[in-house]
Amino acid sequence: MSLDKHIALVTGASRGIGQAIALTLGRRGATVIGTATSEAGAAAIGETFSAEGIKGTGRVLDVTDAGGVDALVKSIGDEIGSPTLLVNNAGITRDNLLMRMKPEEWDAVIDANLNSVFRLSRACLRGMMKARQGRIINIASVVGVSGNPGQANYAAAKAGMIGFAKSLAREVGSRGITVNTVAPGFIDTDMTRALPEDQRQALLASIPLGRLGDAADIANAVAFLASDEAGYITGETLHVNGGMYMA
Amino acid sequence: MSNIEERVKKIVVEQLGVKEDEVTTGASFVDDLGADSLDTVELVMALEEEFECEIPDEEAEKITTVQQAIDYINANLG
Repeated sequence: MSLDKHIALVTGASRGIGQAIALTLGRRGATVIGTATSEAGAAAIGETFSAEGIKGTGRVLDVTDAGGVDALVKSIGDEIGSPTLLVNNAGITRDNLLMRMKPEEWDAVIDANLNSVFRLSRACLRGMMKARQGRIINIASVVGVSGNPGQANYAAAKAGMIGFAKSLAREVGSRGITVNTVAPGFIDTDMTRALPEDQRQALLASIPLGRLGDAADIANAVAFLASDEAGYITGETLHVNGGMYMA
Repeated sequence: MSNIEERVKKIVVEQLGVKEDEVTTGASFVDDLGADSLDTVELVMALEEEFECEIPDEEAEKITTVQQAIDYINANLG
């Protein structure tokens, strides 16, 4: 499942799931541009790539900045080549019970998690249409399908990504471009490590495979959807959650 | 035939996969040349590249025939 031909753009690649995705795609031969919100984060991505012998670079990107998104995609096109593989991974949480949720918390999550998918996908589509091939992979979440108290904003954004992917898949299928979603369950990252022990145990009891997922579990699913072998899969949501939710 | 007309027609032939003699100046991309909505978006992209310009979305929507494409290029770049 070589990804040699791909130029991959992975947002939110400095840590967690995004980092694992960027490294996995890179190890399979893709040229990877990983984005981070800070200069230091972008530099660290570049250093990790160098150490691993991965082709590519780290770049600074705020996915809520429309001008910044367009400028980045243009400069990648000029310097390296238009991305043929886009992984919309960057995201944030602002958890709160809906009764207490501030409009800013709602807006920030929708903007960073969902509006960003619109911006990035739109910017990358031109190159993919010309190339008559492309892969767009959104990283959603099980909570976008199952719901979760305290995460109405996050779940709405993640469910929105799924509807977006299905619609775009219908629009651009005739041009050899597939659009899919990976919905991670509970993955062992900084975010889930912050949970209290009793909540963590309750969570584990609800997962048939009896463990939290690794970031690599998600990265492997993304690499599969990016591969030629997955060429007939589009508009699909791939749940990677140890069985905690079965769609 | 002006140079711009030739270039526009060449792009239409390439993008829509139609024969040269079908691409009359009055031909409608959708009704006469079998383009779907995505084809028309791609056609505008190809025109932008050929003529090194940016055609705003609201202008692009008005370009539905070969003649309108030629007119737009002539008016804005000619």
